[in-house]
Amino acid sequence: MTGSLLFEAIMFLAGAILCVSIAKKLGLSSVIGYLLAGVLIGPYVFGFIGEEGDDILHFAEFGVVMMLFLIGLEIEPKNFWNMRKTILGMGGIQVGGTMLVAYILFTLLGFEFKVALVIAMAVALSSTAIAMQTIKEKGLMDTTFGTSAFSILLFQDIIVIFMLGFIPLLANPEHNTSADAHSNSVSLIQNLPMGFQTLAIILSVVIIIVAGRFLIVPMLRKVAKTGVRELLIAAAFLIVFGISFLMEFVGISPALGAFLGGVVLSNSEFKHELESTLEPFKNLLLGLFFMAVGASINFIVIAKSPFMIGGVLVAIIVIKALVLYITGVVFKLKLDQRLLLTFGLAQIGEFAFVLLSFAFGLNILEQEQMDMLLVITALSMSLTPIISIVNERVILPRMGTKESVQRPMDHIAKSQKIILVGFGHFGSTIGRFLRSHGVEATILDHDSNRVDFLRKMGFEVYYGDATRTDLLESAGIAEAKIVICATNKIGVSKAISKLVKEKYPHVELMIRTKNRYDAYELLNLGHTNIYRESLDTSLLLARDVLSKMGFRKYTLNRQIQNFKKYDEDSLRRLAQEPNRGESYIFKAREELKQQEEFLNEDFKRGVVDFDKHWDSEHIRKTLKKSKSYTL
Amino acid sequence: MKKILVLFAHPKYEKSKVNTALIEHIRGKQNVTIHDLYEQYHDFHIDVKAEKELLQQHDIIIWHHPFYWYSCPPLLKQWIDMVLEFNWAYGPEGKALEGKICLNAITTGASKAMYCSAGINSFTVRQFLRPFEQTANLCNMTYFPPFAVMGTHRLTDDILEQSKIKYGKAIDLLQSNVTLDDFDQVSFLNDVSQLNTI
Repeated sequence: MTGSLLFEAIMFLAGAILCVSIAKKLGLSSVIGYLLAGVLIGPYVFGFIGEEGDDILHFAEFGVVMMLFLIGLEIEPKNFWNMRKTILGMGGIQVGGTMLVAYILFTLLGFEFKVALVIAMAVALSSTAIAMQTIKEKGLMDTTFGTSAFSILLFQDIIVIFMLGFIPLLANPEHNTSADAHSNSVSLIQNLPMGFQTLAIILSVVIIIVAGRFLIVPMLRKVAKTGVRELLIAAAFLIVFGISFLMEFVGISPALGAFLGGVVLSNSEFKHELESTLEPFKNLLLGLFFMAVGASINFIVIAKSPFMIGGVLVAIIVIKALVLYITGVVFKLKLDQRLLLTFGLAQIGEFAFVLLSFAFGLNILEQEQMDMLLVITALSMSLTPIISIVNERVILPRMGTKESVQRPMDHIAKSQKIILVGFGHFGSTIGRFLRSHGVEATILDHDSNRVDFLRKMGFEVYYGDATRTDLLESAGIAEAKIVICATNKIGVSKAISKLVKEKYPHVELMIRTKNRYDAYELLNLGHTNIYRESLDTSLLLARDVLSKMGFRKYTLNRQIQNFKKYDEDSLRRLAQEPNRGESYIFKAREELKQQEEFLNEDFKRGVVDFDKHWDSEHIRKTLKKSKSYTL
Repeated sequence: MKKILVLFAHPKYEKSKVNTALIEHIRGKQNVTIHDLYEQYHDFHIDVKAEKELLQQHDIIIWHHPFYWYSCPPLLKQWIDMVLEFNWAYGPEGKALEGKICLNAITTGASKAMYCSAGINSFTVRQFLRPFEQTANLCNMTYFPPFAVMGTHRLTDDILEQSKIKYGKAIDLLQSNVTLDDFDQVSFLNDVSQLNTI
């Protein structure tokens, strides 16, 4: 029964749905739900998932791979450079400090120096998957804690490359021949001489960067031109799988490759599209990954030496927490932010699996050591959400300061975000005018040629179908203040406005319509900020005609304002009538008749009659009527 | 011959019989530039640089406007606010208008009799014009008595005719080399003897 792939898939999905719903209901992080599901269906509790657990873990790593790809996408090299001090400083202190203390600890425990060094490296890394998932779930990305954690994790993700390059240098040369026996993956570099292994890793990184620029982006543009949406999904997967394969082929972590690939593509117009395409898959696969971690907690190993494992686990978490706390002190984080950081990153990360099995493959570690460390890693990851809950519910409330008050000023602009949909002639004018006032809008457009061109002109434009919730979400609609629908397709505007109104009622909508009939529809859907493109320009033209006929410009300007007010009022009244049918036609006729009357009256009175004070003739007439009043 | 710039500000010029008569009468005079602010800056978007250049090309500045609520219409005030810049028109470096002559040419609905302590308006026109006078002083300009057509609410065609001729004469007079000393006894340009001799 357990051999059936379908059955396992059913177990995974059912377990996830059940446990995550329960976790969420209890107000816990979804990560706990997944881990618990993994433990339950794993070989040691119900045993639904058997020996294949390893394969599942391998497959589930795609979740981590995609997450790192997406993290990479979010880091534009420019931002990366801006953050270099925090990344290097905080990351350096954290990794260096943890490695040092852990190395001393494991040497004292009697491990050989090479083994202790490898373990120290593995222990220094935290779990990007767990930490980022939790941070995003709680919406803490913009806090000091969020950026600090992000910087540290980023540093770790990068330093892993060097660790992977360094570990082969520790391998015992006499065991090297047997290395192949352990390794069951196709790996190129393990057969190379040691110096070349490091070189190969650097080379593959360069390949990814170059390919990203000159191969992937042009390919995406071609795919986008076809207009077939699923092709873009396919392309997104092709990128992630392709990079992963290349990295695995060379023998280093596919997650790192994906991260680099993400960074390379972060400057392209496909950023948001890729993000929104992969996001749902990423979350499911990450869930699978967490379940696999839960399932791989080997209770037999634990049972063999519970105190040893428990002791080491506690020791590692304490070490990591201490180093993180000190890092927080050095970088002058507020106490609450510091505590969040301390407990948020105190676990061992998924890269430990990679590093440890890599070292095991090179015969640096023994089976027993590896088993123990894998269990400790999985346990420490499982403990993180629990520790965080204790921190949030017991420790932080006693500390007083709430993070929301401490938000730095520069996030105000970010939370006042404007999203501009459609960058044609209409939208681009809006965009240029906003930009000239220092207001940057996130621009979405569906024409990849135009997007390409505009990006060359230096605009921040993204390719994508804005009627999709996920794309709007990745464009940051949750924090947006205004969405401008500048597209000329009323269907698109209607779809967007419906979606925004339902899901993000706090966001103000400003919608372009071609004519009054489209305006009626939108007014009836409850939208109030309607801009008829036919109104202003035609009045400007009429104004200039009258000016050439000898009417005064200031007067005409004021008349335009009057006319617009008449017209907007009548538009709103008319919109309430059913759009078709006699009633509308009757009402419309009546309105048009009324408008004609307005115009006629204006004409008879002379053009201007809205400001009697400036009209001496009017005053004179009134005075004639009441001769007694002296003025 | 002195060059005169008439800064004309009327938000509803097409409805003003008196101002139309005055402006049309002096239009086309040699060395007189009529600058219709409400036509030029109908959106209140004043081109300050162009205005400064215009000012520098002229010797006499006339603020020609109806007397609305004891002051000028908003666009002329806007003009004053924007064009007479610190350190250009006034301030330690502000010498651009030094020595030029400045005056108001106004039309008022109420008659002269009502602009006095006993009248409905309690103060004289000269008193109400103090802000303009001081503006001119601050800019180191010589402020001349105003030219005023008053009581326009009840103005007869005859008097309107005389008024526009008088305005034309006043322009001529200003273009000859008159100084402030020539106006010792008068509070309005209208009362200068030269304008009243046919």
